[in-house]
Amino acid sequence: MSTRLANQGRLIDRSKPIEFTFNGNRMTGYEGDTLASALLANDQMMVGRSFKYHRPRGLVASGAEEPNALVGLGNGDRFEPNQRVTTTELFAGLSAQSQNHWPSLEFDVGAINTHLSRFLPAGFYYKMFMYPKAFWKHVYEPIIRHSAGLGKAPDKELKDADQYEHFYFFADVVVVGGGVAGLQAAKAAAATGAKVLLMEQTNTWGGRAPVDGGTIDGDTPEAWVEKTLAELEAMDNVTLRSRCMGSGVYDHGYVLGYERLTDHTPGAAGPRHRLWRIRAKQIVTATGAIERPLSFAGNDVPGVMLAGAMRDYVANWGVTPGKRVVIATNNDDAYRTAITLHNAGVEVVRVLDARASGGGALMEEVRQLGIRVDPGRAIAKVTGGKRVAKVAVCAQNGEGGAQEDVVADAVAMSGGWSPVVHLWSHCGGKLIWDDAQAHFRPDASRPPLGDDGAGFVVAAGSANGTLDLENTLTDATAAGAAAAKAAGFAKKAVKAPVGSVQAEQPMAPVWLMPAKADIKLRMKTWLDYQNDVKVSDVQLAAREGYESVEHTKRYTTLGMATDQGKLSNINGLAVLADTLGSEIPQVGTTTFRPPYTPISMGAIGGEARGEIFQPIRKTPMHDWHDANGADWEPVGQWRRAYAFVRSSESVEDAVAREVKNTRENLGLLDASTLGKLVVKGPDAGKFLDMMYTNMMSNLKVGKCRYGLMCSENGFLIDDGVVARIDDDTWLCHTTTGGAERIHGHMEEWLQTEWWDWKVYVANVTEQLAQVAVVGPNARKVLEKLNAQAGGGMDVSKEALAFMEWKDGKIGEFDARAYRISFSGELSYEIAVPASQGMAFWQALLEAGKEFGVMPYGTECLHIMRAEKGFIMIGDETDGTVIPQDLGLHWALSKKKEDYLGKRAHLRSHMADPDRWQLVGLETVDGSVIPDGAYAVGEGLNANGQRNVVGRVTSTYHSPTLNKGIAMGLVHNGQKRMGEVIEFPGTDDKTYKAKIVDQVFYDKEGEKQNV
Amino acid sequence: MSDPVSALQGAQFSGIASVEEGGLAGMITLRGDLGSKVMQAAVKEATGADIPATNQVSLSADGGTAWMSPDELLLMVSYTEVEEILAALNKSLAGEHALAVNVSDARAVFRVSGDGARETLAKICPVDLSAEAFVPGQFRRTRMAQVAAAFWLDESGAFTIVCFRSVADYVFNLLSNAAHPQSAVGVY
Amino acid sequence: MLILECPYCGVKAEETELHAGGEAHLKRFGPGSSDSEFHDYLFMRENPKGVHFDRWRHINGCGKWFHAARCTMTLEVFGTYSAQTFEPPQDIRDAISAKRPDWTWREFK
Repeated sequence: MSTRLANQGRLIDRSKPIEFTFNGNRMTGYEGDTLASALLANDQMMVGRSFKYHRPRGLVASGAEEPNALVGLGNGDRFEPNQRVTTTELFAGLSAQSQNHWPSLEFDVGAINTHLSRFLPAGFYYKMFMYPKAFWKHVYEPIIRHSAGLGKAPDKELKDADQYEHFYFFADVVVVGGGVAGLQAAKAAAATGAKVLLMEQTNTWGGRAPVDGGTIDGDTPEAWVEKTLAELEAMDNVTLRSRCMGSGVYDHGYVLGYERLTDHTPGAAGPRHRLWRIRAKQIVTATGAIERPLSFAGNDVPGVMLAGAMRDYVANWGVTPGKRVVIATNNDDAYRTAITLHNAGVEVVRVLDARASGGGALMEEVRQLGIRVDPGRAIAKVTGGKRVAKVAVCAQNGEGGAQEDVVADAVAMSGGWSPVVHLWSHCGGKLIWDDAQAHFRPDASRPPLGDDGAGFVVAAGSANGTLDLENTLTDATAAGAAAAKAAGFAKKAVKAPVGSVQAEQPMAPVWLMPAKADIKLRMKTWLDYQNDVKVSDVQLAAREGYESVEHTKRYTTLGMATDQGKLSNINGLAVLADTLGSEIPQVGTTTFRPPYTPISMGAIGGEARGEIFQPIRKTPMHDWHDANGADWEPVGQWRRAYAFVRSSESVEDAVAREVKNTRENLGLLDASTLGKLVVKGPDAGKFLDMMYTNMMSNLKVGKCRYGLMCSENGFLIDDGVVARIDDDTWLCHTTTGGAERIHGHMEEWLQTEWWDWKVYVANVTEQLAQVAVVGPNARKVLEKLNAQAGGGMDVSKEALAFMEWKDGKIGEFDARAYRISFSGELSYEIAVPASQGMAFWQALLEAGKEFGVMPYGTECLHIMRAEKGFIMIGDETDGTVIPQDLGLHWALSKKKEDYLGKRAHLRSHMADPDRWQLVGLETVDGSVIPDGAYAVGEGLNANGQRNVVGRVTSTYHSPTLNKGIAMGLVHNGQKRMGEVIEFPGTDDKTYKAKIVDQVFYDKEGEKQNV
Repeated sequence: MSDPVSALQGAQFSGIASVEEGGLAGMITLRGDLGSKVMQAAVKEATGADIPATNQVSLSADGGTAWMSPDELLLMVSYTEVEEILAALNKSLAGEHALAVNVSDARAVFRVSGDGARETLAKICPVDLSAEAFVPGQFRRTRMAQVAAAFWLDESGAFTIVCFRSVADYVFNLLSNAAHPQSAVGVY
Repeated sequence: MLILECPYCGVKAEETELHAGGEAHLKRFGPGSSDSEFHDYLFMRENPKGVHFDRWRHINGCGKWFHAARCTMTLEVFGTYSAQTFEPPQDIRDAISAKRPDWTWREFK
């Protein structure tokens, strides 16, 4: 059984017990425990079931590389699946649930899969679910969806209760990893005066060194860590962050740090996670190394653990995974685990050293302790179901026969150590294969390159392949100094501390244990615990022709789980290489991608949630609209009122009322969102002639003209009314969504093509609140305001004719009035300073009472313009429509030699008479054609679908005409007036519509000319 | 004329930094040749301040001038006098190729002050806000989370932020959120 | 995420402050040009693996368009310069030649 020891546990405070629950069972741990160590202390070795075969799984590791021990953590709006217990600090009230089982962890129906495992090999899903084809949608997909996924998704009705933030930070040198290498590298870099940020993913400093032993400058590693930390803390140019993981390295020195602020104190005020968005001139990766499992049968039985992890549990948290431990190794380091266990009073039954001649001084030390060491021996298989019960021992150099059974309740394994090269590799750092240590390590001659073309990442310590303390410290000192120098700081000699440990014998690679294990053993030998990939699966993939490591990975799912193969990749590569008869470096690695371990979606989103999820642009009258029934519609980032809905009516009712009232009395539209660009300069006329398809240079001062804009491709991009303000100034209106885009479009052409033209553009959209005063009573309300103020601008038909503008006073407001109409009614658009927009709006409402004033929204605006056959950018246009399609030939200047789009309109398909043309559509029965409906013609296309001859671009119920009206683009439309075409709806009905002129209402324009 | 109102009418928040809407401010966008003597004189007359160096703000007793781009300045003047100043400016610039427009109402202004002011901004702007990198007088146009904004730092350690009026609510909430009382980063 | 120094305001802007604008030094063809000239102007791009010139706008900043000379493979930036020029200036070309002696791009080398 696993249990708390009476001694050891450098990180826990035994005077501070902490209560928590696992699957509802109350348990106790100590302050300083991780959830992993606390579970072990409570004899909870089995912590979950595997993803595919639902095999019982226990803790394998003690840190970020843990593949098995994922739990659902927390409750309700703080529930999160797939949290690694090894990186979860214990806190009072913690509640964890194990995953991938039903109905319980102990008894799981899905475990039947493990007995079916010979029928579920690599590629099973690809092979099985191919045929019959019809089964996919109704049988296979639902089953796979049900069984797929790790853990349980949080309740979709609940919102994450926490807040998150980003933080932009700039440093000369960022050191990732707070072990002895990271501390020393930071010290060496900081000595030069460089601004240094040191990040450590756990809450403790020093990494493995305090557990692994040895001395630094004659001190214990622990004492040295404390002293160095104090030195760094005292330096102004150093920032230290624990609980902050270096998550990824990106182009040009961009680094993400994932700081977990309140995971250990849930519910505490303030942000839970902070994502550091760092720009570093140089990065030192002191990210340590990860121990590799050994590949023997039953290496996934709970109780089989990495040797270094077992040492951590004893030394750091005072817990032992078992009472009788067998150790299997191919290197000297695992002997340290034997010593640690022995000193803690745990019986080490046997050390099986796969090397024929065994190890060196450490082995002798272990033997001195009376522990039996068997060189050349191996584990044939581990048996025991939910807990290690028995270890079958055999010769390493055999097939697994001639076994001797050893009773044990835990197994420590060590297959050697692999540097954590993730951050080095994220942005293109290359690796080399180190034969002696059987691992990939950073190739210092091929680092990731920064914006200056020079390397910007330096690996240090065991992350650089220097696995012993002595070389780690010299390497880290050099790395810190090199990074500071590359960041532009003058060299400053820092003496490397002297590390001392026992000398080690070389390790020997062991990729399969025993070396010639038979197929029965290989089928129980796990490579990837989280995705349940076995040695036999990789071998099968190789036999089936998956030679590329990237293909094998995807076929077998090796290394594709949430741990991204931290334990399995090298072992899997070795098996693949062996099966292919190739060398490991030739097979190569898969790509390392950020993040190093999963980070929360909340941290990625940062502050962008709730009311600041995205900017919402508000006009000066926004609050009034909100208080008066506005049914909001997003238009770009703006919110516009779709309609002003009264309590007794539906949205449709409101729209109909607004249309009717505006046509009969008086309507007000908040048009503040329309873009307003001032274009000024001696060349402004010439410039606008290029921007618009029609002529703007000859517009007279005081006049307005409707203009079209095309891209250089010839497609319509915007429209609006242009007013000539004075000799060299124009004001261009754009669509609501177009202000910034068209402003940018103008700047682009001015800055990059016609930079010698004297033109300036300024965006004054938000300076002005603009109100459309529309309807037969429009003039009356303005005249009333003027009368009340005792004067003001003359808005009579003669003084302010259609398509004219004027500056002056409307009532007590400084205003610019445009006599333009998008509704066909008598209409003025009046601009006042934004700071007075609200007051102006209210003055109009007050004065308009006697004239039947009502505000109206965008739907009413749309219907009225459709009744008049006016086009709308974004409805009649979609990026593929040219003015000619819409019958707007009149707006294409023939006099101008050039304008954007002119040349494009001459291209053959633009001039093609077969292009669809805009027409009006009137349903035969008065119904409304569904939005986006297509018209069908004769015959079928190559896919057996009915041929399409047109589509609806705008469709409404017209309250004015009390019938369905629409506009659409129809093949040969203009020549087909009177013809009835069919629009099949998605509601199984077919809508018949007659092709008519697109102007449905007041064709002569009498209503606006009053 | 009715009483003009700013976007948020002086809203305030206090956390690791104080955030307050600055109310109405007179502002003129001026585009033209910043090297021209006529321009320099006109700006001085309008604001009492010289044309600042690149990425700087120059402040005077009653206003100031901020460097927006190689051919654009933001003139800060008294809100009530902005139209007269604009008229005078246009008069002084007659004959110059220049564009001056009143943008007072197109903007919202915020002041962020207190110990956590630098950290508050560093949470939402991709700018080095350390004391070494960002010094009083510096003016920066940048991205504030998802909108464009500009700010400068004055000698008292307070930032003045200028953004578009339509997103005043968003920016105020953004700043208040970033200034959450328990969210000090502890680096600046 | 790239950093480019805006040649107009000197800010070392990260990519989120910039707007990418595609290939630099396009020669505009308007009315009077042949179909193939116009087609090439609209659609044909170098899209090289290696030395490239592209356009950027310092959109969340001073608002100016500029050009960058950079390597699309290593993301090394050789320099940024004004957009108001028809060809890469000599100092930029020299900076590229120092690192990539054999570079060519359209008619430039």
